[in-house]
Amino acid sequence: MCSGRIDLEFVFRAFANGVDGVFIGGCILDECNFATHGNYHALNMVLMSKKIMAYTGLNPDRLNIAFMSSGDGTAYVKAVNGFVDRIKKLGPISNDTEESDLARKLSRVRQLIPYIKMVKREKLDVQLKDEAAREDFYAADEIDEMFEHVVSYYIDPEKCRGCMICARNCPVDAIEGGKKMIHVIDQTACIKCDTCYTLCPDKFDAVQKIVSEQVPEPLPMEARAISG
Amino acid sequence: MEGEAGDFQVALTRKPRYIHEDKCTGCAVCVEYCPALYPDQFNQEISENKAVHIYYSQAIPLVAYIDDSCLFLKENKCNICSAVCGNNAIDFSQTETGMTVRVGAILLAPGFEPFKPGRTDQYGYGRRPNVVTSMDYERLMCATGPYEGKILRDSDKTHPGNVAWIQCIGSRQVDQKLEGGNSYCSSVCCTYTQKQVILTKDHDPDTRCTVFHNDIRAFGKDFEPFYQRTENLSDVRFIKSYVSVVKEDPDTRNITLRYFTPEDGVKEEEFDMVVLSVGLNPPAGAKDLAQAFGIELNRHDFCRISPDTPMQTTRPGIYISGAFGGPADIPESVFGASAAGSKIGEFLNKRRGKLSLERTYPPEEDVSDQNPRIGVFVCHCGANIGRVVDVPSSVEFSLTLPHVVYAQEQLFSCATNCAQEIIDSIKEHRLNRVVLAACSPRTLDALFRDTVREGGLNPYYFEFANIREQCSWVHAKEQEKATRKAKELIRMSVARAAHLEPLPEFDVPIIKQAMVVGGGIAGMTCALSIAAQGHPVYLMEREKDLGGMARRIPYTLDGMDVQSHVTDLIQKIYRHPMVHVYTEAVIDETSGYVGNFVTRGRSERGPFRIEHGATVIATGAGQYQPTEYLYGENDRVMTLLELEAKLAEKDQTVCRADRLVIIQCVGCRNEQNNYCSRVCCQASVKNALALKEINPDMDIFILYRDMRTYGFSEDYYRSAREKQVRFIRYSPDQAPAVRAENNGGRLSVSVTDQLLKQEIRIEADALALAAAVVPSTQAADISQTFGVPLSPSGFFKEAHVKLRPVEFASDGLYLCGTAHYPKLIPETISHANGAAGRVLTMLSHDTVTVPGSVCEVDEKKCIGCGVCVTACTYGAVELATVKRKDKAKVFPVLCKGCGLCNMKCPTGAIQLKHFTDEQITSQIDAAV
Repeated sequence: MCSGRIDLEFVFRAFANGVDGVFIGGCILDECNFATHGNYHALNMVLMSKKIMAYTGLNPDRLNIAFMSSGDGTAYVKAVNGFVDRIKKLGPISNDTEESDLARKLSRVRQLIPYIKMVKREKLDVQLKDEAAREDFYAADEIDEMFEHVVSYYIDPEKCRGCMICARNCPVDAIEGGKKMIHVIDQTACIKCDTCYTLCPDKFDAVQKIVSEQVPEPLPMEARAISG
Repeated sequence: MEGEAGDFQVALTRKPRYIHEDKCTGCAVCVEYCPALYPDQFNQEISENKAVHIYYSQAIPLVAYIDDSCLFLKENKCNICSAVCGNNAIDFSQTETGMTVRVGAILLAPGFEPFKPGRTDQYGYGRRPNVVTSMDYERLMCATGPYEGKILRDSDKTHPGNVAWIQCIGSRQVDQKLEGGNSYCSSVCCTYTQKQVILTKDHDPDTRCTVFHNDIRAFGKDFEPFYQRTENLSDVRFIKSYVSVVKEDPDTRNITLRYFTPEDGVKEEEFDMVVLSVGLNPPAGAKDLAQAFGIELNRHDFCRISPDTPMQTTRPGIYISGAFGGPADIPESVFGASAAGSKIGEFLNKRRGKLSLERTYPPEEDVSDQNPRIGVFVCHCGANIGRVVDVPSSVEFSLTLPHVVYAQEQLFSCATNCAQEIIDSIKEHRLNRVVLAACSPRTLDALFRDTVREGGLNPYYFEFANIREQCSWVHAKEQEKATRKAKELIRMSVARAAHLEPLPEFDVPIIKQAMVVGGGIAGMTCALSIAAQGHPVYLMEREKDLGGMARRIPYTLDGMDVQSHVTDLIQKIYRHPMVHVYTEAVIDETSGYVGNFVTRGRSERGPFRIEHGATVIATGAGQYQPTEYLYGENDRVMTLLELEAKLAEKDQTVCRADRLVIIQCVGCRNEQNNYCSRVCCQASVKNALALKEINPDMDIFILYRDMRTYGFSEDYYRSAREKQVRFIRYSPDQAPAVRAENNGGRLSVSVTDQLLKQEIRIEADALALAAAVVPSTQAADISQTFGVPLSPSGFFKEAHVKLRPVEFASDGLYLCGTAHYPKLIPETISHANGAAGRVLTMLSHDTVTVPGSVCEVDEKKCIGCGVCVTACTYGAVELATVKRKDKAKVFPVLCKGCGLCNMKCPTGAIQLKHFTDEQITSQIDAAV
């Protein structure tokens, strides 16, 4: 596998598990073992992760990507020891921010990873050859904006006819509801891919896209039956 | 050597290594304990190594050998290495052994010898500590070099802040007084110097770098932008000037150089370090080699080759690759090697496969429904791991982990007896997964998967925990902590192992025939070589006739008769029963994957549908149609190709001209076509020499930017100068201007000479333009149809510019000739045979094996967003309609298992098997 396989989830899962630092080693840029230059994608992912870390209150220096040849042990030892020294200086993650607050924010970030991948798709694909352009490729307020104006999908109970198209096609089975039942999206499981929004028949137009507003509470189970 | 082509007997002498190769594991403990120091030859003798050592860290095989400086060999004492070797691999009883091998063909690849400047010449290499060769500098920059990647001066071990490179040391007779200097151009030094400048600036952005050069010969693919990138770095100067050494400061040991610029005249400047960009000499012992094998050398003592068979020696059955045929860079060496392989394949085709053996494995047991029973093996790696990590306690720890039913330590897991232990344990303890805590999977993963397979398990039931490179080597001084880390790494691997799944590797049959698109020299050469090795070839040509661009070139600079070569090729093509020619061919559609393509189209034979296992793109290149210098407006202005045609027809307006001007770089090395067309300098020199032959009194002016007559062509360039062809260097921001005097009258060409900084006006009877080689007009269509990429320059983009120069990234697709980049005809022939060699590597098998670790799509989870399709460079993923919805579909045979798509996928629908989200996250969760 390639360093480009390293998922946002791997990084934030590790921090959520309580590690104090994450080190990613990749091949030297422009010397891809595959033909994909996946290490540029890993770099891009790391640049964004650092800004997300800052958003959660974590010190971005706790994440590091280093590029080296797999045959170059000396470079590896140097890079790892340098990183370990840095993390020792930073101390445990509890030094960065209040723990319960961090846990809550990390959990939200992890829940939104599929969404982040979708909204930042084009940007995450950019190969940042120019070193000077890397640092500020993602701006702090851009990340704030991303988390503040999150999209949610909501099924309008007045309009849903219980046709089940959305529930059948939801990739993560986040829609509850049977035949002639008003469907409800489980907001904690939803990955905001908009499949339901696209597939809901025009004549019903039941799925709504809500930006940065609270999603209405779902109807209680007993009130979901559709009569007629 | 005795015998003849097809049956040679070669007597070989094997020097003793004093090490049993099959026992040495490359652990390097012997190196550490060896007390005998001697200058490290791999590091240019700048630093020291031990008498027992591994030549360099990537050496193959990665085993040690003992040098003459060994105390035991010299004085019969010491023998410490035998005592410390944990695997009894040292054997001082070894002696020189002789053997005779019988072979059908021989390939000579002795490489080259870097030019070695003498102590007595003006540079004082060897006398002045801060004068180094580029080979020395290469090692200084390297992380495994003498100072671990620090660039230090020999005199005071400080970092030089001001480095000068002097080009053409030993090449092009630039310095006439230099002993042993060569007349030819070494071809590679301009670009390697640029690389060294870039790396120097990477090491320390404040280093000032100055390159004193003659012409800058950035003629290779992608080299022109590379040159610009170097030139645009801060504090980097390229100065076109000869250089002499004035003095060495006795205290600082700095070097003062004298040079000349048109702006400032003669100047002197001091540098902290001077790098001599040394050229390429023939390999040491070339003459002995030539004598032993009965082959001829050329006048420079490189191997004599013919331009139409550049991979063949003068003796049948003996072939060459690499720089033995003349200076060559990496891609040329790589495709030249493949070309020689293909030629040998043609020659020995009747005997193909007669010596190959099939490997058999025990039947694979299905254990997928069993609970995990994990066996853990912890390797000491001699002392490499064992002296830092507490191996016995790691074994004990392993036994406490979930699903682990067996654990043991091993001295060297990679030694044959230990591998057998693993196989036996699988059977004895009914293990269904194996975790090995040892070294990096980089070299030995494949070996241990094989071991597990020998134990009757699916090879993907194996997991490596790297406790050497990633533990004992990093934390050598913290034994307790290193042991704790080793245990954590084992725990992580055990967690992952519990989630491993058996993965099938299956074979896909190959349609054993090829399609070659393009019927020029490249396409025909490639088709013939494939056909000569027993595979039918469908050769597609869009024109009525075969031959392509070569039809317009009468002969080459080195005298090859191109027309008779092309005629001969066409005859061979039509006579060969395995080659099917389709002229006026149009390709409408192609589909499939490696080994199984289907292509539809039309030709003069009518519509066709052809099944083929391999596709070669050899669609050639075009010529730039100039819009400048009155081309198309005035009859006296022509392209070089048109000049060549007029010369062949003995056209009097050209042959009788009093004054003729050739302008180089028309339509390239500019913003629009930012590359060098590589072939035009040779073509201009060739035509100038031909004109001088016809009319020695003709005044010929060649207006150039850099003359790029690389390799042996340099001799012709010098000859042209000697014959009074005038070369005037112009700068692109002061491009020549051409005016027509009056209707039908002479042309007035004015140019600012960059050396004299003065305008020169030439009244010319004829003007030839070295018009650029440009990508073929059909390149974009071909790229679309076959799904193969183009480079920014518009030529086809190979899988890797250095290492895979005749293949596309997608398997089963190849390229050759000028479709790839402008090339001289001998280079095209070599490239085309090289492509044939790679095609044969695939077609000679009956099946392609699809590895188990490829991507797989869960259609339920897929939302058809296509991010995986964009991510995959191999074209292994596409969107297919399933029940009216777009779903990603993986072609396992094309997938290389990089997992980039997996990382991009928002829903986790596409998963890289063996590295699934579940497997990796289980490892992460076990870490803390």
